[in-house]
Amino acid sequence: MPRLPTPVTVSPVRSDPRALRRRHRREAATAWAFVSPSVLVIIGLSVVPVLWSLLLSFRADDLVTPSRWVGLDNYHALVQDPHFHEAVRNTLVYTLLYVPLSIAAGLALALALNRRIRFVGLYRTLFFVPFVVSATAQGVLFSFVLDPEFGAANSVLHRLGISSQGFLTDPSQALYLLIVISLWSGTGLCTVIYLAALQDVPKELIEAARLDGAEHRHVLRHVTLPTVAPVTVFLLLWQTIQALQVFDLVYVTTKGGPLGSTTVIVYFIWEQAFKNFTAGYGAAAAYVLALALLVPAVVLRLVRSGRERHTRKEAATS
Amino acid sequence: MTTTTHLPGTTGRRPLARPVEADRPRRRLPFSAWHLLLAPLAVLFALPLVWLLLSSFMSDAQFNRFPTELLPDGIDLSGYRYVLGNGMFPRWLLNSVIVSTVAVASNLVFGVLGGYAFARMRFAGSRLLLMLMLATMAVPFQLTMIPTFLVMKKLGLIDTLGALIVPSLVTPFAVFLLRQFFLSLPRELEEAAWIDGCARLRVLWSIVLPLARPALATVAVLTFLTTWNDLSWPLIAINHDTQYTLQLGLTTFQGTHHTRWSAVMAGNVITVLPVLLAFLFAQKTFIRSLTATGLKG
Repeated sequence: MPRLPTPVTVSPVRSDPRALRRRHRREAATAWAFVSPSVLVIIGLSVVPVLWSLLLSFRADDLVTPSRWVGLDNYHALVQDPHFHEAVRNTLVYTLLYVPLSIAAGLALALALNRRIRFVGLYRTLFFVPFVVSATAQGVLFSFVLDPEFGAANSVLHRLGISSQGFLTDPSQALYLLIVISLWSGTGLCTVIYLAALQDVPKELIEAARLDGAEHRHVLRHVTLPTVAPVTVFLLLWQTIQALQVFDLVYVTTKGGPLGSTTVIVYFIWEQAFKNFTAGYGAAAAYVLALALLVPAVVLRLVRSGRERHTRKEAATS
Repeated sequence: MTTTTHLPGTTGRRPLARPVEADRPRRRLPFSAWHLLLAPLAVLFALPLVWLLLSSFMSDAQFNRFPTELLPDGIDLSGYRYVLGNGMFPRWLLNSVIVSTVAVASNLVFGVLGGYAFARMRFAGSRLLLMLMLATMAVPFQLTMIPTFLVMKKLGLIDTLGALIVPSLVTPFAVFLLRQFFLSLPRELEEAAWIDGCARLRVLWSIVLPLARPALATVAVLTFLTTWNDLSWPLIAINHDTQYTLQLGLTTFQGTHHTRWSAVMAGNVITVLPVLLAFLFAQKTFIRSLTATGLKG
């Protein structure tokens, strides 16, 4: 990088306005050079696609031949499509079970671990480790464990004298089993995040409550839980966003089946766009999902700004 | 993992083995009833992965016995020999390594440059760009995947590793996380260097980056985890099996080798192992990265 001749003055800050302006221009040029790769990738592969998707959702497109404008037809069709209804229903069941259960289990485990006992580190590792395993690997592993003929699960049931189960091939079980697998891999994240938050709960607060005669459960309800409430809000939204977007595990284990019992929204979108080549229709479904995801995001913002205003007010009054 | 070997209940009986002060207080905690709850749960969480490892050492003959046996007879490496010998697995492993390595490196470089510019430099449009970048963090992948596929097709990258690399070159997350970190550093450190006439890149390289190691580790860890484990984008962008990543390869392998469970399980172990090893070696960084994003979110 070319360097300006070193000025004679000691401080380059106080100099005449023209030199100052030159410095600013140089700085802006360097800054643009620094940010341009990020800007290019992020605008090119995020902002443009978002708008393009919107456009696509008003068109019939098979990803190969030129598309044509169909207006709101895709959205109308979605409203009437029983497969889409089923996908929405399955996604909601998955979300409504996975999110609260993973957070409750994560909190319970974190509370159990947040004390002076041995092996806390080991327990934390074991609870968390399934989280780093890819959904693909989880899916392949559990398709085998739960294989109706060769799987270890039925083998264990057989030894216990229980009749064989269909597991992922049984439409009444498959979705719930996927939730259990997700809980196995997703609870650890809630646990470690809660554990970190619990360690930030001021000890004096708990001691003060104890001195005032509060029992364990009262301390939990009136001191601990309110202090970790922001983390709960974050996890609630984070897990909801993850749950509404579940795809990999479904693709690997059931491919949406049996009988569409595990078709979730993202699987539906993928199927429409890349299997049936109705990309416009898939884009419309993606927009519906995005609007659904926008709700938790907006809630998060409102809660955040509300909290900030609250803390600012408190700071002002104290 | 833990370094203690003795059982929880036995510690109380050997207080004279070492001077009391030298022992860390954590080690002398008495047995707690909580272990009765926690230990079985921990086993339950670990069991699937332990069983994955064990079953990868079973022979196909053993897999096909009924009822299925739960533990391997001995260590049978035929599954590993099969996937590493005649399958496409080594190729897929290499592809995954290439894609993840490039993604981690480029996220670090572009994330640092972008994050630093947004944190420290004044230029027209910086606020707008930053807002735009923050907004794109909230965009779900499903919304962009169809047009991204079309863009990649226009660029002629579909069915090449390029299609996997280009979208993960830099994420708004990396830029934003590093910006936040740079903002938290005291400005004075850098100002001294500017007055000495150092150029921006030099200041960044020799003063800022050495301080930014924890943030860089976070970006590296999370980028590696997401690119290595991704299935949906490779599934869309890649058709030809020479360009598969491990995750994509493993799913198709499972579909086509239903009778060779030993090979499927061995392949699964190979897919999981790099992330698992990275996690066990850098556990603190992993957990800190995830909790930090959670707590500050």
